[in-house]
Amino acid sequence: MDDKKGKGVSRRDFLKRVGAGSVGAAVISKGLLDAPGADAYPTEAVEPAKGRSIVSLKVNGKAYRIEVQHRQTLAEVLRDELGLTGTRIGCDRGECGACTVIIDGRNMYSCSQLAVWMSGKEILTVEGLAKGDKLDPIQQAFIDHDGPQCGFCTSGQIMSGKALLLRNPSPSEAQARRALSGNLCRCGNYNREVEAVLAAAKAR
Amino acid sequence: MKTFENVDVKSVKEAVGLLQKFAGEKKNAAVVGGGSEYLQLMKVRVATPDYIVNLKTIPGLNYIKEDAGGFRIGALTTLAELEEHKGVQEKLLFLSQAAGEAASPQIRNAGTVAGNLCQRPFCWYFRSASHVCLRKGGEICYSVAGDNRYHAIIGGGPSYIVHPSDLAPALVALDAKIKIAGPAGEKTIPLEKFFVTPQVNARRENILGPADIVTEIQVPAPKTGSKGFYYKARERQAWDHAIVSVATVVQSGSGAVRDARVVLGGVAPIPWRVPKAEEFLRGKAIDDAAAQKAAEIALDGARPMKDNVYKIDLAKNLVRQALVASV
Ligand SMILES: Cc1cc2nc3c(=O)[nH]c(=O)nc-3n(C[C@H](O)[C@H](O)[C@H](O)COP(=O)(O)OP(=O)(O)OC[C@H]3O[C@@H](n4cnc5c(N)ncnc54)[C@H](O)[C@@H]3O)c2cc1C
Ligand code: FES
Ligand code: FES
Repeated sequence: MDDKKGKGVSRRDFLKRVGAGSVGAAVISKGLLDAPGADAYPTEAVEPAKGRSIVSLKVNGKAYRIEVQHRQTLAEVLRDELGLTGTRIGCDRGECGACTVIIDGRNMYSCSQLAVWMSGKEILTVEGLAKGDKLDPIQQAFIDHDGPQCGFCTSGQIMSGKALLLRNPSPSEAQARRALSGNLCRCGNYNREVEAVLAAAKAR
Repeated sequence: MKTFENVDVKSVKEAVGLLQKFAGEKKNAAVVGGGSEYLQLMKVRVATPDYIVNLKTIPGLNYIKEDAGGFRIGALTTLAELEEHKGVQEKLLFLSQAAGEAASPQIRNAGTVAGNLCQRPFCWYFRSASHVCLRKGGEICYSVAGDNRYHAIIGGGPSYIVHPSDLAPALVALDAKIKIAGPAGEKTIPLEKFFVTPQVNARRENILGPADIVTEIQVPAPKTGSKGFYYKARERQAWDHAIVSVATVVQSGSGAVRDARVVLGGVAPIPWRVPKAEEFLRGKAIDDAAAQKAAEIALDGARPMKDNVYKIDLAKNLVRQALVASV
């Protein structure tokens, strides 16, 4: 992605996080009980005030009720709490697309959504595509067309392709390319990934 | 991310009340729409709020309404929804295109129109927790002595960020207005007046106070005979911020320009409108020479730094191309 820059520091290198780890002591923020309009605000939601809440959401058709920390991203909860590790975390800042999932029909970066915002949402991850042993046409197409090289970006590519096909069952090549444009592939296997999405469209 | 409390609000009033309360208590609080920009700042600890006020749970703030006067766009409308809106595509294609040029599909699905206009700079010093720059309360703008290839060539100083929004230049060129709710009630002002240069405030890009919330964008119906364009130059075809962009709206009649707007993006700390170029165009028939002259005028005050001289020619060429396309 930086090949045109030639010399000097690249934007990406430069921006690499400088030791800003995301693990910190569980500091408990002050409650909202004394907040203005507290009476207008439901007490259950105000009570805990510890940066934690119970969230009800659907993942791959299954209903979950789980306690999440407000600072947890959807990607972290999918992987660490629900064990759905098909969703990858690459950059963790909305740039690479490895974490792409489908939320209420639209593809989004799960690293850039808080899990606490997912209350009432329907989430589809790569694990939710196959019906039993039968792969989704887009999964089969990625296999048939050598979509993965190292495979790290693949589940994200597949979810962006799937989101496209849900809205547009017969996309043009240009549309498929654009739909995958938020998914970087470090192996540079873009042509195969686009080919796979187009093949999946035909297979349906 | 540091621990914080997310508060889902149900109304604009509730949000403003909470923000006012937090400000009174000297608590660090911020509003979020899609969160696609703000979460990135939190992850690198450039933003360390105690509270985030989640606006997405406010019902009825996501809409595009069209009437004879134009379009009204609710603050929570996503960039994807703006891009895909049939009425917008029909009447203001270049606004739809500007929305579609921003970021990536995933961010356009999450990011809101208000969030796009209120996003913080993507300057690499601003986004690095180890650089306490002018914008973060420090003493200097690191771009001055540092790597400034993406920084401002016009309107900068003492900070040289560029405004990162693709929507802002297009909306300013359309004479859009922005509606803001705050402790004193609601007000609607020209979007152009929403943004502030670092000379006015080196730490903020706009006039919003700590308890102010953007609620709506109003775009007047295009005038008869007017054409708009948004051209964006970037380093690669997939998502990337504009290194230079230009939005033009030219209204023509009887072979001459009646009125024009020329607004540059990616070159200044605010969407950079150039009234002198607009005045020059008025009454003229646009040909190559007139477009070239307008482009020269538009970049007249540019004072590039060591790594961004290239932006001047790039900007001139984009202005010229957009104007030539307008006739
Ligand atoms: C990798 C990447 C690339 C990008 N590339 C581009 C690009 O090329 N062009 C471009 O235009 N943008 C680009 N963006 C920015 C993107 O468009 C924004 O992230 C998005 O529009 C922000 O919307 P949001 O609702 O998610 O904002 P949030 O992240 O929720 O908020 C952004 C800021 O706006 C404030 N805010 C949000 N809503 C309101 C409101 N209603 N009232 C007052 N303040 C509010 C927040 O406090 C915060 O400071 C990029 C972002 C990323 C992460
Ligand atoms: S991990 Fe989410 S975009 Fe890279
Ligand atoms: S297959 Fe290796 S990153 Fe895409």
